[in-house]
Amino acid sequence: MPNMKFHIRFPEDKIKEPIIYQIGHEFKIVTNVRRADVRETTGWMDLELTGDSTEIERAVAGLRKKGVIVDPIELNVVE
Amino acid sequence: MATMKALVCRECGKEYPTKAIHVCEMCFGPLEVKYNYEEIKRNISRKKIQDGPDSIWRYADLLPVQGPTYLGPHAGMTPLVRAKNLGAFLGLDELYIKNDTVNHPTLSFKDRVVAVAITRARELGFETIACASTGNLANSVAAHAAAAGMRAYVFIPGDLEAAKVLGNLIYKPNVVEVEGNYDDVNRLCSEIAGEHGWAFVNINIRPYYAEGSKTLAYETVEQLGWRTPDQVVIPMASGSLLTKIWKGLHEMKTVGLIDDVKTKINGAQAEGCSPISTAFKSGRDFFKPVKPKTIAKSLAIGNPADGYYALKATAESKGSMDMVSDDEVVEGIKLLAQTEGIFAETAGGVTIGVLQKLVKQGTIKKSDVTVAYITGNGLKTQEAVIDAVGRPHRIQPSLVSFEQTFKVGKHGGGDA
Repeated sequence: MPNMKFHIRFPEDKIKEPIIYQIGHEFKIVTNVRRADVRETTGWMDLELTGDSTEIERAVAGLRKKGVIVDPIELNVVE
Repeated sequence: MATMKALVCRECGKEYPTKAIHVCEMCFGPLEVKYNYEEIKRNISRKKIQDGPDSIWRYADLLPVQGPTYLGPHAGMTPLVRAKNLGAFLGLDELYIKNDTVNHPTLSFKDRVVAVAITRARELGFETIACASTGNLANSVAAHAAAAGMRAYVFIPGDLEAAKVLGNLIYKPNVVEVEGNYDDVNRLCSEIAGEHGWAFVNINIRPYYAEGSKTLAYETVEQLGWRTPDQVVIPMASGSLLTKIWKGLHEMKTVGLIDDVKTKINGAQAEGCSPISTAFKSGRDFFKPVKPKTIAKSLAIGNPADGYYALKATAESKGSMDMVSDDEVVEGIKLLAQTEGIFAETAGGVTIGVLQKLVKQGTIKKSDVTVAYITGNGLKTQEAVIDAVGRPHRIQPSLVSFEQTFKVGKHGGGDA
């Protein structure tokens, strides 16, 4: 089963929302948080998504629609 | 000589074999190379280095390759220029420019990291090398792949300037123009690197690739007569260059080539893309990603992979960070060219601009032995200064016209 790793960031107004729970229900994917730092005004997570490739793509789009910033785990690789 | 012990997670410390992997399976932290320093210490010496090739490979004992075949044989050993004119202008007694504008084969410091990456990729059995780039990295990967007879894929954003595309096409790699912006190319390349068995130099080969930057520290120390500088000023994009120079200096002490490291590490960014410098000046241990908007495109990484580690290295060294405006970048390029005859790309303008600021602030003192790292050639970013260098003096094809324009007599002298 394909899996992909992402670094996601939450804007301040989204910190209290159960976004990971929500995308786990809205899409056929397994969410797995491996590292995170959530503070009062900022938050990030290193997240693994497992599922069909198209479903992972949909989940990423879903995260973005909820206002979450999604980057590859490597962050910026274009140099 | 195989001196690598393992790849090790920079976050949790878990060790992995020295393969083409870059992310810790436990915590998703980045991996870096761990060496057997005891063995290196037994084998390395100043004399052995000085008797070695006139390139980065004189430091092969401290690089993540097995050898003895090295690709990119001409990278490194660029001049360390005693910048007397610029030093006098800034009020520094002993200023040096580490001049990677003449690094080979593609005139930027990227030739160091790519030489190491492609050598390691070949050792690991790869036949295809790839990168995602908007400039210097693409040039270097394409040129090294051509010389090594390897297949190359260079991914670029669809809106890249024509001159930069040409600079890649000449080496005949597969240039893939992705219909989309920087973020789209970024995401696609991360996915391709995960799916295909290619050596993506700055993704799955990154732990090895990044180590090539350490050679800037080694060369600086050797060229200073086995002394460490008091201050260095380093441009920051991903932040990797800064962290590796810091690592390189300490390795020289670890393996007994020098007694101590007292160098203060200073980072430089452009205001239009300064996530790391902004975090440092705000006293934060984390950075906030930004959307880049600066002429210093080779430093325009808004979400830098090594930003956190660059902050840490600078703090450990008791150094500093700062940023300059695009106008100051152009002034920095001109100042370096007009005092030392070195034409740097925009990243060099950032370095010189920040150097000037740090001297004015008193962070860098008159007697400090200071090294500024100039990482790319100005011929690559001529558009940045095209409106800031004036025009030629146009004259009629006659002696009178020439002498009137330049107010010059028979014995010389005079300016227009």
